[in-house]
Amino acid sequence: MNEQAIKELLYTLADNQLVLGHRNSEWTGIGPILEEDIAFSSMAQDKLGHSLAFYALLYELGESDPDTLAFMRNPSQFHCCQLVELPIGEYDFSLIRHFLYDHAEAIRFEYLTQAGYEPLAKVATKLRGELKYHLLHANTMVKQLGNATAESINRLQQSLNDAFPYALGMFESSPYEAELASAGIFPLESQIQTQWLENIRKVLAQTQLQLPDLESVMPVFGGRRGVHSEYLQPLLDEMAEVYNLDPNTEW
Amino acid sequence: MWTQEEILVLLEKVKDPEIPVLSLLDLGVITQVQVTPENKVVVNMTPTFSGCPAMDYMRKSVEETLAAAGVQEFKVQMSFDKPWNTNKITPNGRKVLQAFGLAPPPVYQVIPDLDILEHTTCPYCHSTNTTLRTPFGPTLCRAMHYCNNCRQMFEQFKPL
Ligand SMILES: [Zn+2]
Repeated sequence: MNEQAIKELLYTLADNQLVLGHRNSEWTGIGPILEEDIAFSSMAQDKLGHSLAFYALLYELGESDPDTLAFMRNPSQFHCCQLVELPIGEYDFSLIRHFLYDHAEAIRFEYLTQAGYEPLAKVATKLRGELKYHLLHANTMVKQLGNATAESINRLQQSLNDAFPYALGMFESSPYEAELASAGIFPLESQIQTQWLENIRKVLAQTQLQLPDLESVMPVFGGRRGVHSEYLQPLLDEMAEVYNLDPNTEW
Repeated sequence: MWTQEEILVLLEKVKDPEIPVLSLLDLGVITQVQVTPENKVVVNMTPTFSGCPAMDYMRKSVEETLAAAGVQEFKVQMSFDKPWNTNKITPNGRKVLQAFGLAPPPVYQVIPDLDILEHTTCPYCHSTNTTLRTPFGPTLCRAMHYCNNCRQMFEQFKPL
């Protein structure tokens, strides 16, 4: 088995969770209502926990320790998709991003529990239970607000249109994916995308929201190979700043 | 020589920092206690929720408890080998949670569907006429419900 292929997959998983976890944590204290404030903070904590678990697997494969991986790399060394880097925007944008992202993540984790690489399968088995609650939250809120007032529907629709090209960027292929797929470790991104579209369509069909036309949308790729938006560097600076205040803090 | 039983008695005193009536043994996060022929105590633990900030605290409490009891040589290790889920909470743990005012998680057979969050028994009046308000509570392990019978919010240790 190609270790480089496993590492690239782990970096992608970990970096996505880390960066979105940090974005979600920005809602702490400013959520539109207390329950949402708590929800985003809790999901942030889970996602940071997940990234740590994946970085720990990388460490076992000879990479740097989790803190160094999380806080000491340059943007070009990050494998996250651009969707997770974008600023939190208004609540409707963060909700839509959370909905689009966690539906993909849930599918990934289901496959990971079957991964022919045991350490990863174990971690995924452990973490998928938590993800289920993220999905429940996203579906509940999207169904609620996607059927509420004209304003909430319009706002969500606009955010969906804005986020969708970036969401398609979550399924950027890697040079290793064919190898991982044939080794029974992880399926092709295109397969995950197909399932994802099916799943989000089911939820959106219960709302007044329309999925943008796939044909007319250009996916924003690049993140997985280190090409990022202008928003990643400031976010990493901010994360590192907190870390550098006291590198020995346990969190 | 220490025996496994003696160590278990010591560990019974270590509680969950967020639910101070619940011991780590009843929570089910201590997966194995061994005493080696060299009299070294090895305790395996597994995390509840991966991002739970209390886990490190729990590990330290176990270490402090062992040290305070005079255990000379010990090792407390965290692993995902036997992943935790809420079925691992003991019957006694469930009783203790209920008495603490926190609805215990239901025991499930197959991988839990989210439907099991509906109609959670209210820990105050025992009604099942309740509604899930949000799966995210004040700590990672709690969900918030509303009891339509006694008309108050209550928390549940949510199934995982
Ligand atoms: Zn009640």
